[in-house]
Amino acid sequence: MSETITTDVVIIGAGPIGLFAVFELGLLDIKCHLVDILSKPGGQCAELYPEKPIYDIPGYPVVTGQGLVDNLLQQIEPFHPTFHFGEMVEGLEVLGTPEAPSFRLRTSGGEIFESKVVIVAAGGGSFQPKKPPIDGIEAYEQKSVFYAVRKMDDFRDRNIVIVGGGDSALDWTLNLQPIAKRLTLVHRRDDFRAAPHSVKAMRDLVAWGKMDLQLGQITALAGQDGELSNATLKGADGLVDLACERLIPFFGLTMKLGPIADWGLNLHENLIPVDTEKFETNVPGIFAIGDINTYPGKLKLILSGFHEGALAAQKAHRYVYPDKKLTFQYTTSSSSLQKKLGVH
Amino acid sequence: MVKITYVDSFGEARTIEAEEGTTVMENAIRNAIPEIVAECGGGCACATCHVYVDEPFYDLTGKPSDKEEDMLDFAYQVQPNSRLSCQIKVRPELEGMIVRTPDRQG
Repeated sequence: MSETITTDVVIIGAGPIGLFAVFELGLLDIKCHLVDILSKPGGQCAELYPEKPIYDIPGYPVVTGQGLVDNLLQQIEPFHPTFHFGEMVEGLEVLGTPEAPSFRLRTSGGEIFESKVVIVAAGGGSFQPKKPPIDGIEAYEQKSVFYAVRKMDDFRDRNIVIVGGGDSALDWTLNLQPIAKRLTLVHRRDDFRAAPHSVKAMRDLVAWGKMDLQLGQITALAGQDGELSNATLKGADGLVDLACERLIPFFGLTMKLGPIADWGLNLHENLIPVDTEKFETNVPGIFAIGDINTYPGKLKLILSGFHEGALAAQKAHRYVYPDKKLTFQYTTSSSSLQKKLGVH
Repeated sequence: MVKITYVDSFGEARTIEAEEGTTVMENAIRNAIPEIVAECGGGCACATCHVYVDEPFYDLTGKPSDKEEDMLDFAYQVQPNSRLSCQIKVRPELEGMIVRTPDRQG
């Protein structure tokens, strides 16, 4: 049982909008902890398009996804936010009152937070492994079908089928082949995205008869009570039956709303409605900024999320410091803000 | 304007007029054609705008890029004439093209 972390604000999502919110909150002396399912900050920018140029960030004629994330991390450095990666907020309990809100959050990793304010900056939802389009696959998940390898020993002496053509699929093929009963790599075509040296190592294993490569797509699974025994492959020449006790499909990531749907927040087509003065949800103390929110005229732009975070921070200050007066200041002229930023 | 016909998995055909330079996916969404989901909005990042292109049009649509091929790995029941419709640009040569949607997307 881990100790409860008490903080001012928990930000759900460490993408560009969650990151910039740290800045706006930091100027107001508000401390933040951020939780993200990915193993790194940056959300969609870092995960989906790190190398892609973005042309509509104010002040940047062009900046890459990762470039923007790196700049934001530098910008919020003075405020020393704490990151919790590889975790998803699962439970959210309302502890306080609408006038003096307080929340307890529980993550998938067993961490417990207590905060006065929650900011949902979840973007398109948390990144989850994409499931292959095979009917009935859910029945075998967690027993025979795995989207990640946590303990290699679970795969020892088993008939393993890995599906995919990228680095994840090839790395695990090379890692598990030595301990598998028999390992088969399945890919739609004979062209792999993975690093050339991994592909070569795989082809050598196939040539030496130590593993199999099958070209095609898995179309059906067979087994009983969640225990897989066979997989049907549809190849160029027809159907092939593969002995399969463990299936590991590497199909990339998709975004899912997840537990956010269960917290009593109003939802409209998987988006959280907010007001445009404070970007607060129907639960006082819970704000939603970035792609996850909706309001009349909403545009799913990074610049919109930046603005939303700035306004949400103003209301958050009233919850975190109910007895303090909030004086609007500019970073250009305020020596106290500049001191906080370490630039005075 | 170029005529394109979308045939759904139940066999129903819907023909629309598409502007040159737009994509086959965009025209499906604009005209409420069913069975094309386009989760990523045309960014070649989801494989849910998957279609089968009837001959002789498949060759006329051009060759899929490496990125499209990578995404097709994740599509349902890929066949030799599979394309991601967000990557097919409408050209006059595609007049009368017929595309068919699979019975599920991703």
